[in-house]
Amino acid sequence: MAEPAISVDGLVKRFEDVTAVDGVSFSVRPGTCLGLLGPNGAGKTTTVEILEGLQQPTAGTVRVLGQRWAEAPERLKARIGICLQETRFYEKMTVGETVKLFRSFYPAGIGVDDAIHLVALEEKRDGRVGKLSGGQRQRLALAVALVGDPEVLFLDEPTTGLDPASRRGLWDVIEALKARGRTVVLTTHYMEEAARLCDQVVIVDHGKVVAQGTPQALVAAHGGQQLIEFEARPMPSVEACRALPGCSDVQVRDGTLRLAVRGLPEALPALLRTVEAAGATLLQLSTHAPTLDDVFLNLTGRSLRDEED
Amino acid sequence: MPDNSHPLWQLFLMRLRALWREPSALFWIFAFPLLMAVALGLAFRNQSLSRLTVAVAEGPGQERLLSALAATPGLQPETLPLEAARRALATGKVAVVVVAGDTPRLLVDPGVPEGRTARLLVLDTLQRLAGRKDAISVPEEHVTVPGGRYIDFLIPGLLGFGLMSSSVWGLGWGLVQMRTGKLLKRLVATPMRKSDLLASFIFSRLSLAVLETGFFLAFARFLFDVRVAGSLLSFVLVAATGALSFGGVGLLVASRAQNNETAGGLMNLVTLPMTVLSGVFFSASHFPGWMQPLVKALPLTAVIDALRAISVDGASLWAQGGPLLVLALWGAGAFAVALRIFRWN
Ligand SMILES: Nc1ncnc2c1ncn2[C@@H]1O[C@H](COP(=O)(O)OP(=O)(O)OP(=O)(O)O)[C@@H](O)[C@H]1O
Ligand SMILES: [Mg+2]
Repeated sequence: MAEPAISVDGLVKRFEDVTAVDGVSFSVRPGTCLGLLGPNGAGKTTTVEILEGLQQPTAGTVRVLGQRWAEAPERLKARIGICLQETRFYEKMTVGETVKLFRSFYPAGIGVDDAIHLVALEEKRDGRVGKLSGGQRQRLALAVALVGDPEVLFLDEPTTGLDPASRRGLWDVIEALKARGRTVVLTTHYMEEAARLCDQVVIVDHGKVVAQGTPQALVAAHGGQQLIEFEARPMPSVEACRALPGCSDVQVRDGTLRLAVRGLPEALPALLRTVEAAGATLLQLSTHAPTLDDVFLNLTGRSLRDEED
Repeated sequence: MPDNSHPLWQLFLMRLRALWREPSALFWIFAFPLLMAVALGLAFRNQSLSRLTVAVAEGPGQERLLSALAATPGLQPETLPLEAARRALATGKVAVVVVAGDTPRLLVDPGVPEGRTARLLVLDTLQRLAGRKDAISVPEEHVTVPGGRYIDFLIPGLLGFGLMSSSVWGLGWGLVQMRTGKLLKRLVATPMRKSDLLASFIFSRLSLAVLETGFFLAFARFLFDVRVAGSLLSFVLVAATGALSFGGVGLLVASRAQNNETAGGLMNLVTLPMTVLSGVFFSASHFPGWMQPLVKALPLTAVIDALRAISVDGASLWAQGGPLLVLALWGAGAFAVALRIFRWN
């Protein structure tokens, strides 16, 4: 198997009174996208900034493209692109001037206009940065991250504040990069985004990895049960529903029955047979499959509530 | 221009754009020193021509005194009751009080320059009034010494002050903004060479200092007919050296500040004492002898002394070794310390 594009082993970062990152390990294969998820203050930005060489780890090792940061930082910097959680570029410069400035730092890269095109900011090319909207600034930061044609791209909450079309646009950019064998590390608070883009997801909380794997594996392991909601006339009895295969919970709400089941393939046909056997008509039926959202809440929801007290 | 132009050039453009497109920065760099020059130049323009006001306190023979004093060139007498005259003297509205009487008396504060001059003129008038005859008649020729006016003295001082402000604030403020906006952090995450960033700051400071100096000199010439007696090139070289030295101080002040308040406080802490001590508006030699070594060691004193020597006395650049050494030491020392302790994020 190819050498990982990024490997992190036992990473620890302590500030005076907080341990922001507490023994994080993971690795990222080249040409894939890793999503770093976690509640506010979980240590995502700190982890990413250590990977970017902007912060020194307290302990642990980090390799990016097979290199440690201490070895040849300048050469490594030329091969990565980054988008910080927040950057205020010079307000008095135009979008084009800003991208051009950053392009000048890289020995190789894409054209200034191409970078601007990738984030669909052509209209604002000659507009001042100070006059951009929040989402447009975010896209400028992305153009700046892309202009050096990076082998590894680090994006810290790149889609926060983006409208749906821009978000899709960014997804397309990331898919295209992956298709060219480029590696992407991103943090996000949007689970559908992580599920859609990431080959691998690492969920951190309080600086520790609480789960990692493919989105599908995480959903299967931590998503909890499938839900079936239905209405029929006449209603089957609660006892009959409870007897369905894999059913663990039955609730009645506003004339609707809600079943929690282990797997749809066994439970759903059985339910239909039960309804039919009772001579009832099905009026409405819907199922809800667990998503990464459920995984996230199941794994980190408790700690979020703890912080609120 | 191709997309991959030189980083140093792009960074230099960034610095210039930041200033050029910021009206308030342009105001402080170009308009403010000029406005000060205009205000002070107007205030002190007629200093040599203005007549000294003297009060004649009411008493016997006051009419005769009044007309004799009015006839003396340079004096402007007015009659006041004694109490009012004393108050006018205490508040500096009159330079001297003549109390009319059989033998007139003088009230004067000899510690005030106008008082001293007025006293001589009044005494002379009183003696003539009493019948004194001049022993000889001294012929006089009226000349104006070029470079001897207050404005000639003031212009180099204001230019030094302007260079200090624009260097310390321009460079320091710019850096702190870049730090608080995470732009510095974003820049060091690229393969940009830190020396390129530093050089862009130095070059933009130098170009602006030369522009600033040229602009200020042109206006001083146009408005007040102030001329540089020595070599113009030497004058500009000293100004540029001063700007670099202050640039180092600005860099040092901004090397760790995390927010605008801290940075602003530090910059005031550095620039205000120098503004007072370094002889911007009056000669720094007025400070007592024990303070002179301190005053002379300040970079603003050094740059103003050298600029004045070249502009007013027509001194050569080579004679400015002392001040230039002071500037070089400040600049190099500040740069060295700043680079050592600089905080990028
Ligand atoms: N420079 C610092 N000094 C002290 N504490 C810090 C510093 N940077 C981060 N922290 C702390 O480390 C913890 C992790 O912060 P981090 O920014 O990595 O969180 P995050 O996961 O990116 O959160 P968010 O989703 O809000 O962006 C937080 O408790 C934060 O207060
Ligand atoms: Mg963060």
